[in-house]
Amino acid sequence: MRIKKHPILGSLEKKKEVNIVVDGKMLKAIEGEPIASALMANKIITFRKTRITKEPRGYFCGIGLCTDCMMIVNGVPNVRTCITPVTKGMKIETQTV
Amino acid sequence: MLTTDVVVVGGGSAGLAAAIESSKAGAEVLLIDENARPGGQLFKQIHKFFGSRRHYAGIRGFEIGRRLLEEAHKNEVEIKLNTIIFGILGNKIGIVEDKTHAKWLKAKTIIFSCGASEKLISFPGWTLPGVMGAGAAQTIINLHRVLPGSRFLMIGSGNVGLVVSYQILQAGAEVVAIIEALPKIGGYGIHASKIRRAGVQIAVSHTIKEAYGKDKVEAVTIGALDKNMNLVPGSEKRFKVDVICLAVGLKPNIELPLMAGCETMFLANLGGQVPIHDENMETTVEGIYVAGDCAGIEEVSTAIESGRLAGIAVAEKLGYLTKNEAYDVKVNLREVLDELRGGPFGMQRKYAKQQLIRRAAHLKGV
Repeated sequence: MRIKKHPILGSLEKKKEVNIVVDGKMLKAIEGEPIASALMANKIITFRKTRITKEPRGYFCGIGLCTDCMMIVNGVPNVRTCITPVTKGMKIETQTV
Repeated sequence: MLTTDVVVVGGGSAGLAAAIESSKAGAEVLLIDENARPGGQLFKQIHKFFGSRRHYAGIRGFEIGRRLLEEAHKNEVEIKLNTIIFGILGNKIGIVEDKTHAKWLKAKTIIFSCGASEKLISFPGWTLPGVMGAGAAQTIINLHRVLPGSRFLMIGSGNVGLVVSYQILQAGAEVVAIIEALPKIGGYGIHASKIRRAGVQIAVSHTIKEAYGKDKVEAVTIGALDKNMNLVPGSEKRFKVDVICLAVGLKPNIELPLMAGCETMFLANLGGQVPIHDENMETTVEGIYVAGDCAGIEEVSTAIESGRLAGIAVAEKLGYLTKNEAYDVKVNLREVLDELRGGPFGMQRKYAKQQLIRRAAHLKGV
């Protein structure tokens, strides 16, 4: 959920919206925000399943250290979504390998 | 191969301060940061800081970040963003620019200001999406303005736990409770009172037993701890939450200093293994310095001052400042740092820092 009003930070500025494709579904995101932020704004919390036991993983450290939030972005696996900015038309897939 | 006077690794509060001072003294400075924007963790700090005016009391973190960046630009600090360091070999630094180009740089001196990362605790269900660091929640909420959920449980009542809980409320979500394993609240009374006044209960002597959910956190069980830190049978309570934040401390990011051969020592009051450094912030490897949380977990004010100290010491080492010119500034900065390390929290860190400096003197045979 986007935080539209904030007592310290004020109203959410209007920023450039772009479309991204997440597991085949078209979603709206803000250009330049981390992929993880765009996903959670769209209520997607599970980003990845572990390779062998297929357990769910998501956003955890938020600074690119833990690698729990890795997804396949434009065909490239192991992309840390918490520090990778959204670009127009980005194709994002849940990573299961 | 490009040779720079000073390479500063990490563009948070300490790194910016260090780069500013070295550059001001005339050194050629290159600041490297992995992120797309500089400022480290300052831009997610939306609360006002305490302390003296010199230390930005009453000013919010993001404003401190803006001022430091302005000062860095004014002093012609070169900042290289989106750049990852993959190796340190003597005075050579291996970098990857924009994820594609690998190359080596040479540095006469290096200042590591790589910051800190959050500590964790593990419990059944801790890997479920929705369990995250309190700092991670703070980043996504304050910087990117997205709420990862609506009902939060905060684990840990140190300053991070208390401040982030309040910021979760400001963002419009609910904090169901703050739990603390110790019998007393860890952070400042002023933060604790504020969050209590907002109606959030702080349960001391409580721990998390388990998080539940299929693909993400849906519920949690907490329980009371007796004086031996054992769970009191029958005290368990289960309730619905969708985010569990871990605010159980920070540890210095020492991977790069270790790669460079810097020796460390364990000091619990500074967050764990810390690079040993002398009173100039120089590590056990000549020409390699540390500053900020990378040199022991403290606060923004101490990070900035320790960064300035490292920046001045490096400029002196390289001959941009005479011994006399550097002396007064360094003495002044050390006095300021001493002042900042006051009070019951600060004193413990002051003693730990003294231990580091004594150890450095011993190893360097001074």
